[in-house]
Amino acid sequence: MSLDLLVAILMTVAGAATPLLIAGLGELVVEKSGVLNLGVEGMMLIGAVTGFAVGTTTGLPVLGAVVAMFAAALAAAIFAVLTLTLMANQVATGLALTIFGTGVSALIGAPFVGITTNTLGPIFPDALTSSPLLRLVFGHSPLVYIGLALTFGVAWFLNRSRAGLILRAVGESDSAAHAIGYPVLKVRYLAVLFGGAMAGLAGSYYSLVLTPMWAERLTAGRGWIAIALVVFASWKPGRMLLGAYLFGLVITMELQAKAAGFNMFAPEFLASLPYIATIAVLAIISAAKRGGTNAPACLGKPFRAAT
Amino acid sequence: MTLLKLEPRREQSRGMMLAAPVIAVGLTLVVGAIVFTLLGHNGLAAIYEIFIRPLFNPYRWQDLLVKAAPLAIIAVGLAIGFRANVWNIGGEGQYILGGLAGTGIALLTLDMSGGWILPVMLVCGILGGMAWAAIPAALKTTLGVNEILSSLMLNYVAIQLLYYLMRGPWKDPMGFNFPQTAMFSADQTLPYAIPGTLIHLGIPIAIAIALTAFGVMTRTITGFQVRVVGLAPKAAAYGGFGAASTVWLALMVGGGLAGLAGILEAAGPFGQMVPQFPTGYGYTAIIVAFLGRLNPLGILAAALVLALTYVGGESAQTTIGLPSAAAGVFQAMMLFFLLATDILVRYRIVSGSPATARTAPASETGTAGSSEAAKPKTVTA
Repeated sequence: MSLDLLVAILMTVAGAATPLLIAGLGELVVEKSGVLNLGVEGMMLIGAVTGFAVGTTTGLPVLGAVVAMFAAALAAAIFAVLTLTLMANQVATGLALTIFGTGVSALIGAPFVGITTNTLGPIFPDALTSSPLLRLVFGHSPLVYIGLALTFGVAWFLNRSRAGLILRAVGESDSAAHAIGYPVLKVRYLAVLFGGAMAGLAGSYYSLVLTPMWAERLTAGRGWIAIALVVFASWKPGRMLLGAYLFGLVITMELQAKAAGFNMFAPEFLASLPYIATIAVLAIISAAKRGGTNAPACLGKPFRAAT
Repeated sequence: MTLLKLEPRREQSRGMMLAAPVIAVGLTLVVGAIVFTLLGHNGLAAIYEIFIRPLFNPYRWQDLLVKAAPLAIIAVGLAIGFRANVWNIGGEGQYILGGLAGTGIALLTLDMSGGWILPVMLVCGILGGMAWAAIPAALKTTLGVNEILSSLMLNYVAIQLLYYLMRGPWKDPMGFNFPQTAMFSADQTLPYAIPGTLIHLGIPIAIAIALTAFGVMTRTITGFQVRVVGLAPKAAAYGGFGAASTVWLALMVGGGLAGLAGILEAAGPFGQMVPQFPTGYGYTAIIVAFLGRLNPLGILAAALVLALTYVGGESAQTTIGLPSAAAGVFQAMMLFFLLATDILVRYRIVSGSPATARTAPASETGTAGSSEAAKPKTVTA
C-alpha cells in the first residue's frame, strides 16, 4: 500500500471519527451530571441544517458552525426545561427531541437540498501539506483539532477542575450535592446546554465538512452511535477518543470497500456495519461490566429539591 | 422567589391524566400556527389543512382509519413495554421485518392458491417482528445491553436488509428492473372489511387488538405484573426475579404486534414489498403510545389524531405547498407539550407563599377536591 493511500485512509478515519467524538464528549458531560439526553441525533440534525443554511447564505462556514452550536443548544434548552424544571421522563423527552430535530431540520433544509457550499476545510497553508506525512498532521479541518483538544479539555475539566468535581458530585448523588449547597439544576442545565452545543458542532461537521451538502436525515443515526460510545467509553474522555476513532475506522472500511469496488459483501451489508458494530461493542462492554458499571449513579433520575 | 410554585399531589390527578393529551393537542395547534408563520408559511392555513379539512371529507375518513390502524397496533405493543420500563424503540425495524417475513411467504406461494396463504403470511409477519425484537431481548437479559440503543440500531440494519432484498434476491424478474417484488396474488392480499371502501381487514384487527390488550392489562395477572414492574422500576432493573421474563414479554408483544402491522401494510395498502415500505410508523407509534397514556383505548384515539397529521400533511403538500416534514414537526410538538403538561398530573401549580397555597390551587380541572381527600387510594393509570 502506498504512503499516499495510507495517509488518505487515516485522514478519512479522523474525519469520520470527529463528529462522533465531539457529540460523544458533549453527551458524556451531560451524563456525568446525571442527565440522559437521547436527543443527540435530533440536535445534530438541527446543527447540520442551521450550519449549512448560515454557511451557504453568508459564505462563512465558520459562522455556520457557531450558529449550529447555538441552534442545537436552543433545542437542548427545550429538553432541559422539560426534564429538569418540569421533571418529564428523560427517555421520552430525548426521543421527542430526536423526532423534533428530524422534522424541523427537514423543514428548514427543504430550500437547501441539492446545493453545495464553501467547506470548513484545512486551515494550515498549502506549504505545510506538501508531503503525505505533513498532510496527516496539518491537512485536516479545524474541527478535527477541536475534537482532539476537546478530549483533553473535558478530561481536565472532569478530573482536575473544581467545577468538574461539582458536576460529578451532582451526577453521583444529587441530594447530597444539594444538601452541601451546590445548585443541582443549574449545573445540569449548563451541562445539557453544553451537550447540545457539541451535538450542533458535530452535526455541522457533516453538512460543512464531510459531505458538504444538506439532505434529510443527513446524520443517519450517528447521534445514537455517539450515545452508545459514552457507554463504550465507561464515561471516560480518553476512551471516548479511542472509541470514536475505532468507529471512524469501521465507517472508513465501508467507504473504502465501496470505492475499491470490493464485491465480496453487498453494499447494504457494509452500510449496516456501523450499527452492527455498535451492538457488538455494547454487548462486549456489557459482558465485561457485568455486575457493576461506571455509570453515574443518578443517571436519568429526576431531581426535585425537598424544600 | 417565584410567584408560582409546584406542590406535589397526594395522588395522581385522574382528571389531568385525561386532560393532558387534549391540552397538548390544543397547544400544538396554537404554537404550531405561530411557529409555522415565523418560518414563513401560512400558519393558520397549515393548521386548517392538516387538522381540520380532512375531517370534512368522507374519503379522508377512510384514509384516516387506514393510517391509524398500523399506528395503533404498533403503539399498543410498545405501550406494554413502556409500562414495564422496557424501552423498545425498534418498532420501525420490527415492522419492516414483519413485512419482509410475510413477503417471503408470499413470494414462495405466488403460484399457489388457497385461503390458508394469508393467515400463514400474517403469522410469519408476527414471528418476523418477534425474531427482530428477540435480539435486544436476548442481549438485555443475558448481557445487560441497553435495549434502547440495541433496538434502535436494528432499525437501520432492517432498512439495509430491505434494500438488499429489493435490489437483489427478491426483485421481480418481470418488473422492468425496478427494485421491488412482484404484486401479491388475490389470495395473498388483505380483503376489504367493507367492500367498495379503503377499509381493509387490518382496521377491525387493530380495534380487536386494542380491546384485547385493554382486557389483558386491566383484568389479568400478566397485565398486573407489567404494571407493577413499571411502577416499581428498581425492582425490575435490579431485583432479579421476574425482570428477565418481563423484558421478554414486553419485547415479544411489541415485536410481534409491530411485525403484524408490517405484514398487514404489505398485504393491504402496498400489495407488494417496495423500498419505500418504511414510512416512520414505528417512530410515530412512540408518540401515539404516550399521547394515548399507554392505555390501549387511549391509543386508539391517539392513533386517529396522529393519522390526521399524516393524511392532512399529505393534502397540505398539494393544496398549500407545505413541506412533508411539517407533519413530523407537529407530531414532535404534541409529544413535547404532553410531556410538559404531564407535570400537572403529579403536581399542582400554587401561587404565593406555602401558607396560602392550600386554599388557592390554580389552573385546575375540578379534581382538586378529590385529591385533597386524605383517604388512601391506589395509583390509577
